[in-house]
Amino acid sequence: MSPPSAETSPAPVAGRDPDELRRLYTQMLRIRRFEEAAARAYTQGKISGFLHLYIGQEAIAVSTAELMKPGDRVVTTYRDHGFAVALGCDTGACMAELYGKKTGLVGGNGGSMHFFAKDHGLWGGYAIVGGHVPVAAGHAFASKYLGDGAVTLCFLGEGAMHIGATHEGMHLAGLWRLPIVFVIENNQYAMGTPLRRQTAVDDLTVRAPSYRLTSDRWVVRDVFETRARLAKAIDRARNDEQPGLVELLTYRFRGHSMSDPGKYRTKDEVEQWKERDPLFRAEAELRGQHGMSEEDLEAIDETVWGEMDDAVRFAEQSPHPEPEHRFLGHLVEDDLAAAAGHEPVQEGN
Amino acid sequence: MPLLQIREALRAAIDEEMGRDDRVFVMGEEVGYYDGAYKVTEGLLKKYGEKRVVDTPIAEAGFAGVGVGAAMAGLRPIIEFMTFNFSAVAFDQILNNAAKLRHLSNGQFTLPIVFRGPNAAAHMLSSTHSQAFESFYCGFPGVKVISVATPYDAKGLLKSAIRDDNPVIFFESEVMYSVKGEVPDEEYLIPIGKADIKRPGDDVTVITWGQGVAVALAAAQLCEADGLQCEVIDLRTLRPLDDEAVLTSVRKTNRAVLVYHGWPYGGTGAEISDRIQRLAFDHLDAPVERVCYEDVNMPYAENLENLVIPSPERAAEAIKRIAYVRV
Ligand SMILES: Cc1ncc(C[n+]2csc(CCOP(=O)(O)OP(=O)(O)O)c2C)c(N)n1
Repeated sequence: MSPPSAETSPAPVAGRDPDELRRLYTQMLRIRRFEEAAARAYTQGKISGFLHLYIGQEAIAVSTAELMKPGDRVVTTYRDHGFAVALGCDTGACMAELYGKKTGLVGGNGGSMHFFAKDHGLWGGYAIVGGHVPVAAGHAFASKYLGDGAVTLCFLGEGAMHIGATHEGMHLAGLWRLPIVFVIENNQYAMGTPLRRQTAVDDLTVRAPSYRLTSDRWVVRDVFETRARLAKAIDRARNDEQPGLVELLTYRFRGHSMSDPGKYRTKDEVEQWKERDPLFRAEAELRGQHGMSEEDLEAIDETVWGEMDDAVRFAEQSPHPEPEHRFLGHLVEDDLAAAAGHEPVQEGN
Repeated sequence: MPLLQIREALRAAIDEEMGRDDRVFVMGEEVGYYDGAYKVTEGLLKKYGEKRVVDTPIAEAGFAGVGVGAAMAGLRPIIEFMTFNFSAVAFDQILNNAAKLRHLSNGQFTLPIVFRGPNAAAHMLSSTHSQAFESFYCGFPGVKVISVATPYDAKGLLKSAIRDDNPVIFFESEVMYSVKGEVPDEEYLIPIGKADIKRPGDDVTVITWGQGVAVALAAAQLCEADGLQCEVIDLRTLRPLDDEAVLTSVRKTNRAVLVYHGWPYGGTGAEISDRIQRLAFDHLDAPVERVCYEDVNMPYAENLENLVIPSPERAAEAIKRIAYVRV
């Protein structure tokens, strides 16, 4: 697809604090390197299951994390590592989850597709497409009910725009004026299916007025712009009873998951999108406009790689969950019984 | 005889039936241009075109319902669920439409439709992606339910399912698509509702299906060391159940163990166990045992998943227990 506006024009430097840019760049780089480290471990056969990488979309999670106030929530898909890293989850715990270890973010229960870190505002990575959209609306319903001032940010792929649960969740959010922003991360493909074979329209925000959601839509090539525009949508949802629908045009540079060779797109297309890559552009701006030296950039990368190497080491050295762990957490009573030293209850066994 | 993978046997069945009857078409996510998430439909788009190999958006309730409507209007849809976990989203279409419309219309409509795809645990996909659905789909009238474990059965039964005039739920497995076996060149059909003895034996009847078959056969192997000969029955069709095959074997061995992927509470395993105790009570020398998932949501961690899923060792233990072999 061709993005709606001129994309080669350099973003204005005014108001772009180099230190801030460096901070955001570093955050984006942390996500990218985390994903690269995970991909490497997967290729080495050290982790298994499905692994969906966020490479190319980092600016979205980083912008979001910048804007969240205490109590705000992110609900997202199985492509969830980026949010965990951006929201401040320990990268060791994230990596350990991919390894299915006891020290993992959810103790080895969920793996890559099911990250949860409530205390960091990550209310979940959901692996059934669209299933989280009404749930996110439910979080916002509770916020309105309790008057807690929190906003829920619900992320979904463009592929999730065509399933019933999404429609119902958005519809209820609009009807009840819930404090929520739905953010479509339109990375152009649902697995191997390009947008034009998913939907009869090419602008997904056309659905917003039918739910009475505010809308905005842009190409994610600049982390500052993305942060600023997301901030507006969040502000309207928080303060003006105006739930929103935002479509972010972005790209995943890797396959849908590690098992997808991505044969359905051309090298040219990937290269074109790489020029819009917010991480690449931030680095170019730091180097060009802000005169940052190669050594300084390399030093950042080295620090970030150091963190990821530590994360991998932590994951590899962590123990497996104890066998009894599998009986915990299904019901509240399971955990209470375990705490009291009772045997787990097994219905039907 | 040529050796085919299960995925190739399934593809051959679809291909032959599409060639034979132009009302047969395939619909689902990534079945066309992507050649199938698990490559079952590879090459079919090229051969039959977009009209008959239809890629859908992610909209299971939508395309399952479209399949139902098309079947009522005379087509013969094969609806692929990328995995049966996602059929949960379309459950209403199967439960309230596919299974009921013939009865509601007092026979005015027939619903020749197949819902197929991988079922049950694969490997380290955690709870939302590891579920065995036979207990749900066997739990109501108006559908037939099949679960295959070999390329030969896969082809013969899928062909029968496509030709059947009723809704058929057809279970495959992600971890079994590459399993190879002999499949004859010439056309054949396997009747729905007939179990198959995968290994004859006199001492203990082991009843299984789907991913359980390999586990049961491995367990039978383990038990041989203790001088126990297991008869392994692959049900192949779960609804209607082949009572006769099960009862004939149990009357001979006087002992039965069920080995399957799925939760223990209720469902298909419990149903079979109930039939055995009711219909062969006088022949039983031991309680009927079930070796299945533990009653937990599937964990991601490999060491835990291995404990939850039935293993040959766990199955062998149960077999020996009811054969009163000291272990
Ligand atoms: C209900 C349901 N159907 C199918 C799937 C399998 N599946 C997982 S991700 C995916 C593609 C989703 O694409 P999109 O929503 O665009 O998100 P992206 O993966 O590009 O981030 C599919 C078909 C699923 N998880 N849930």
